[in-house]
Amino acid sequence: MPKSLPDAEKLCTDLADAMRAHVDPAKTALVGIHTGGVWVAEKLHAALGLKIPAGSMDVSFYRDDYHQRGLHNNAKTSQIPFEVEGAHIVIVDDVLFTGRTIRAAMNELFDYGRPARIGLAVLADRSGRELPVAATFCPHSLSLPDTQMLALERAGDGKLSFRLVDRDKPAEPGEAIADTESGDGGRK
Amino acid sequence: MRDKQNPQLNRNGELTHLLSIEGLPREILTRILDTAAPFSEVSEREVKKVPLLRGKSVFNLFFENSTRTRTTFEIAAKRLSADVINLNINTSSANKGETLLDTADNLAAMQADMFIVRHASSGAPHLIAQHLGVAGHDHIHVINAGDGRHAHPTQGLLDMYTIRHYKKNFTQLSVAIVGDVLHSRVARSQIHALTTLGVPDLRVIAPKTLLPTGIERLGVKVFNDMREGLRGVDVVMMLRLQSERMQGALLPSTQEFFKSYGLTPDKLALAKPDAIVMHPGPMNRGVEIDSAVADGGQAVILPQVTFGIAVRMAVMAMLAGST
Repeated sequence: MPKSLPDAEKLCTDLADAMRAHVDPAKTALVGIHTGGVWVAEKLHAALGLKIPAGSMDVSFYRDDYHQRGLHNNAKTSQIPFEVEGAHIVIVDDVLFTGRTIRAAMNELFDYGRPARIGLAVLADRSGRELPVAATFCPHSLSLPDTQMLALERAGDGKLSFRLVDRDKPAEPGEAIADTESGDGGRK
Repeated sequence: MRDKQNPQLNRNGELTHLLSIEGLPREILTRILDTAAPFSEVSEREVKKVPLLRGKSVFNLFFENSTRTRTTFEIAAKRLSADVINLNINTSSANKGETLLDTADNLAAMQADMFIVRHASSGAPHLIAQHLGVAGHDHIHVINAGDGRHAHPTQGLLDMYTIRHYKKNFTQLSVAIVGDVLHSRVARSQIHALTTLGVPDLRVIAPKTLLPTGIERLGVKVFNDMREGLRGVDVVMMLRLQSERMQGALLPSTQEFFKSYGLTPDKLALAKPDAIVMHPGPMNRGVEIDSAVADGGQAVILPQVTFGIAVRMAVMAMLAGST
C-alpha cells in the first residue's frame, strides 16, 4: 500500500498537459464514465479549451457482470451530445483497473455510431488488468491489493481527491467491472 | 415479514416477479421509475438496443388478445436483446384442452427465462409464478400483463413514470381517475401505485353502476358528478369504457355516458390550467374522451406509450438481474 495517495487535482493538470499536444480543440470530444470520469472530463474540457460539449456514459447496461450481480442501482442516463460517427473521442475515467468498464464503454459508444478513433485518459492506473486494455494518457501508476479500491471524491467546492476504500469482499478474478472506482466502486 | 410473504420478492428482497403493485413498498416503485429513466434514452440511439438480456428467451403468453400490450412488451424485450416468442394461446393449446400449468411446464422445458402473462382470469400470473417455484423453475420470472379485473402493473408503473415526468413530485398532487373503474385492472393498479407513492388527494369519478363496492377502502374519494370531481386536479386519468366486458344494462348508452363522463374541453377547464390528461389506450373517441381533448395540448397519451417501453425494459432488466 502506498504511503500517501496521489493528489487528484494535480493529476488532472498533469493529464491535461499530457493530452494537450495530441488533441484538436475543434475536433476532439470527451466522454466521461459515471461518476468519477465525468468529473475528470469536466476539468479536462475546461483545461484543454475543447469546443465539442463533453458526453457522459453510464455503462450499467453493458456490464459483463449483470448476470451475476443484476442491474446496477442508480443507473444514470448516458448523454452523447455530438455525432459519434467519424468522431475523435477520448474516453475519460478516474482509475483504470481490470479494463472491463472500458470494454463496456467502447461497446456502448459503437451503438451510437462508428468513431474514427477512440483514446483513453485516466488519472491513475492501479494495475490488475483482466483485458488487453491500455490507457492512451495516464499520469500516475500504482499497485493496490484486490481488497482495496481507489475512490475519487468531489468536495462541495468541486475539488477532487482520492480515498482508499476497503471492498465489502475481495473480487474473484474476472467477476466484476471494478474499475469504476468512484462512488460505490461500480458494485451493487 | 413482508419479504417472506410477498411472492414478488426473492429472499434478498429484490423484485423477481411483477404480479401486482399492491403490496410493493414505495422504495421498489421508486427504484423502477428511477431505473426506467436511463432506458428511455436507449430508444433514441442509432442502435436502439442494449445487451442485458442477450441470449434470454422471453415468452409472451397471451391467453387474452391484446396486440398493443403484447407489442410494447415485445419491443421492450427486443431492445434488451432478448429473443421473444409470441404465443396467442386462446387460439392454440388451450383450445385443445391443455391446462394453464401444463402450458407453463412445457415452456419451462424449452428453457424459458421470462413469461409475460395476459389472462382473462384474475390471479393466473400469480398461479404460474407459484407453480414455477414449486416445480423448481424459480429462475423463470413472471410479469403480469393484465389479469382479469385484478391488475395491470406495468401500465400502472408507466402512468406513474408519466406523472412524475410532468409533475415531479407525488406528494402534493390531486389526481382523478375517471370512467369504468368496475372493469378496470388499470384503475386498481393506478390506485395502489398512487397511494403508495403518497398522493394526498386521489379521486375516482364514475357512475354508481361502474364502481366496485367498497372502493373507498382503497383510500379514494368517490365522485358521481364529473364536474365536481375534476375541480382543481393536476392529473386526469381517463379509463377505457370496456363495453366488451359488460353484461346486462350497466349503461343506458355510450352517448349518455359521453354526456356525463366524457372528457370534453369544458369539463377539463375545471381542472388546473396545467393539468395533464392521460389514457391507457385504446381510446374510444366520443365515448370517454372528446377528440379535442385527446389531440389537445394537455394530453400526454402518446408520451405514455413511449415511456411504457422504457418502464417495461426497466422491469425486465430488474427481474432478470435479481439474484
